[in-house]
Amino acid sequence: MSQVDEKVEDLQDNAGDKYKYGFVTDIETEKAPKGLSRETVRFISAKKNEPEWMLEWRLEAFERWLQMEEPTWPKVTYPEIDFQDAYYYAAPKSNDDRPKSLDEVDPELLRTYEKLGIPLIEQQMLAGVAVDAVFDSVSVVTTFKERLAEDGVIFCPISEALQSHPELVRKYLGTVVPQSDNFYAALNSAVFSDGSCVYIPKGVRCPMELSTYFRINEAETGQFERTLIIAEEGAYCSYLEGCTAPQRDENQLHAAVVELVILKDAEIKYSTVQNWYPGNADGEGGIYNFVTKRADCRGDNAKVSWTQVETGSAVTWKYPSCILRGDNSVGEFYSIAITNNHQQADTGTKMIHLGKNTSSRIISKGISAGKSQSTYRGLVSAHKRAANARNYTQCDSLLIGDTCGAHTVPYIEVNNPSVMIEHEATTSKISEEQLFYTRQRGIDEEAAVALIVNGFCREVMQQLPMEFAVEAQKLVAISLEGSVG
Amino acid sequence: MLEVRNLHASVGGTEILKGLNLTMKPGEVHAIMGPNGAGKSTLAYVLAGRDGYDVTEGSISFCGQDLCKLNVDERAAAGVFLAFQYPLEIPGVPTMTFLRTAVNAQRKARGEKEMDAPSFLRLIREKSKMFKVEDKMLKRPLNVGFSGGEKKRMEVLQMAALEPKLAILDETDSGLDIDSLRIVAEGVNALRSPDHSALVITHYQRLLDYIVPDVVHVLADGRIVKSGDKTLALELEEHGYEAIATDAA
Ligand SMILES: Nc1ncnc2c1ncn2[C@@H]1O[C@H](COP(=O)(O)OP(=O)(O)OP(=O)(O)O)[C@@H](O)[C@H]1O
Ligand SMILES: [Mg+2]
Repeated sequence: MSQVDEKVEDLQDNAGDKYKYGFVTDIETEKAPKGLSRETVRFISAKKNEPEWMLEWRLEAFERWLQMEEPTWPKVTYPEIDFQDAYYYAAPKSNDDRPKSLDEVDPELLRTYEKLGIPLIEQQMLAGVAVDAVFDSVSVVTTFKERLAEDGVIFCPISEALQSHPELVRKYLGTVVPQSDNFYAALNSAVFSDGSCVYIPKGVRCPMELSTYFRINEAETGQFERTLIIAEEGAYCSYLEGCTAPQRDENQLHAAVVELVILKDAEIKYSTVQNWYPGNADGEGGIYNFVTKRADCRGDNAKVSWTQVETGSAVTWKYPSCILRGDNSVGEFYSIAITNNHQQADTGTKMIHLGKNTSSRIISKGISAGKSQSTYRGLVSAHKRAANARNYTQCDSLLIGDTCGAHTVPYIEVNNPSVMIEHEATTSKISEEQLFYTRQRGIDEEAAVALIVNGFCREVMQQLPMEFAVEAQKLVAISLEGSVG
Repeated sequence: MLEVRNLHASVGGTEILKGLNLTMKPGEVHAIMGPNGAGKSTLAYVLAGRDGYDVTEGSISFCGQDLCKLNVDERAAAGVFLAFQYPLEIPGVPTMTFLRTAVNAQRKARGEKEMDAPSFLRLIREKSKMFKVEDKMLKRPLNVGFSGGEKKRMEVLQMAALEPKLAILDETDSGLDIDSLRIVAEGVNALRSPDHSALVITHYQRLLDYIVPDVVHVLADGRIVKSGDKTLALELEEHGYEAIATDAA
């Protein structure tokens, strides 16, 4: 834990300037020509030296995307996005021949990650955590690959997996989130650049925490990450992603797709600490985070657990979902969504019960401050076949001040009489008395709010891997700075 | 140490304290007694600096500082501690975490080094033994589901951990069983020293058998109407506030 503590201290010292990851790395990049067309798609595919089928798949997605419309149902507002006014591919030049080892990685990139608190030199890293570092459109380094290979675990950028294990990618890509699933998933399918690919063989418990660290650096550039994780029968892995971006006045788009395939008796625990640049106090700049994440529990007794701590982004649109296809499969969604200033978040989950005796649990904690708007949107559906399916949903909102808003939009569809669904929702404010009591013990107002909010989120925090829980708690404090007084 | 002069304070536009005077010397223990609604808790809140408790006239000097210039947490760091008549629940925050945050926040505010985990643990172990608080309770969210008596003992445990210069105990004895009462009193007595004073608000003479006060005050209608030594408490017990009030008038 000592490294975590040091990192945390570091965070605390920097708490004064609100977003400490707002710097830009000065590095030469190669970009695709501005705008989005078939040529852009071909450019990206060629850059990654992809097999023909992959290019065709992308082009097909692009055609579909052209026919689709941007969704308007989320409770968020933002100016129309000009999809031709952005770059869809940007990569550090130094990464041209992807470095084979850490010694070959551009020191400027290593320094960037060090500044972000993610040292990539293996000796300095958190023991037991393997990292894939994605910088704009490419992965710059993946650590502990050899160690993981000893257990047959594949952990590499998806672009690399397309070279080394094309059949694996071909077999699963788009089977959980189809190309035309939604507007942003289609866009992602056409222009996705990098992200991680994980494969855990039958019966293997992944010996390390796996994590991917996403960084947007270039201006006017979108990031379209694609992550694919496959847990074979009886396999287990815990995966964590973190995200940051420089502080800029204009908005940038991040549209990711994450697909999890979970076979019989397997389990994936997927955690996200999302700290994209949220924009300034007046609501200028920040990332648009439009993400499609879905897990498919294909076998019996499969289990997936999504945990998310969403503190960043100007606008978040995200519903990590579970398809509970196998009998007795289990889906969990633990979420903390914090919005401050002018941030908007419309987030939640979908639990699709298809198998018998499937169960799901949703714990959502929304904290709104400033002039922000936070919406929990969740669907629980049970198919005719889903006898004895169970769901428990608990949705708590905490308001700080009286200029923010919290909304809960649950959808329930049940087609089998034996299904049991429980839904609880609360909305509260931090009481003046609680604050007075806490401050009377010598804790200043901002720290008191952070302490009380962390208490409010505890159930979700406890789901995070130990290594990241402390950091997430500090992040809560930082995100709420300036929300009181 | 504490010098309250002609204190007028109002809550929601209603004047509750109406020219209150109180002087405490270092290391002294003062008891405040008085009828319901007299303004005892209000005085405690005003000393602690709660929002909405506005001082409209008069002054409060604490260890040479103008207390009114400090906000709630600054007063706490300066050494003012209030054991609440009705302690608040803080859901999801383990008692241990709350205590550690408080101790270190005060140390930081005073420019002292923060306490490391082992030293803090030792400190809390020692104090919780003293107040017969079980480890299990320290892991639970602060005050959530605690019984009335447990909450009061937790208040005094917090006091012991923070070692304030001035501890204000607002009816900490109410709702305590005989054993708890003794434990709480021992805690207050243990802290008693030339650097640590206490202002004990109570309705019962019984507590003062254990915590023997240097001075006893009667607070009625927003003013101290009578002060005396510990025998005043016995007198009150016998004759009630009515007699005193008419006496003073
Ligand atoms: N927000 C408020 N607005 C108006 N009056 C208030 C407010 N809060 C308290 N009071 C009044 O102030 C008076 C003093 O209250 P306080 O709680 O200080 O009494 P107390 O002496 O502590 O009584 P007790 O022995 O019952 O604890 C009471 O009459 C109470 O009703
Ligand atoms: Mg009272």
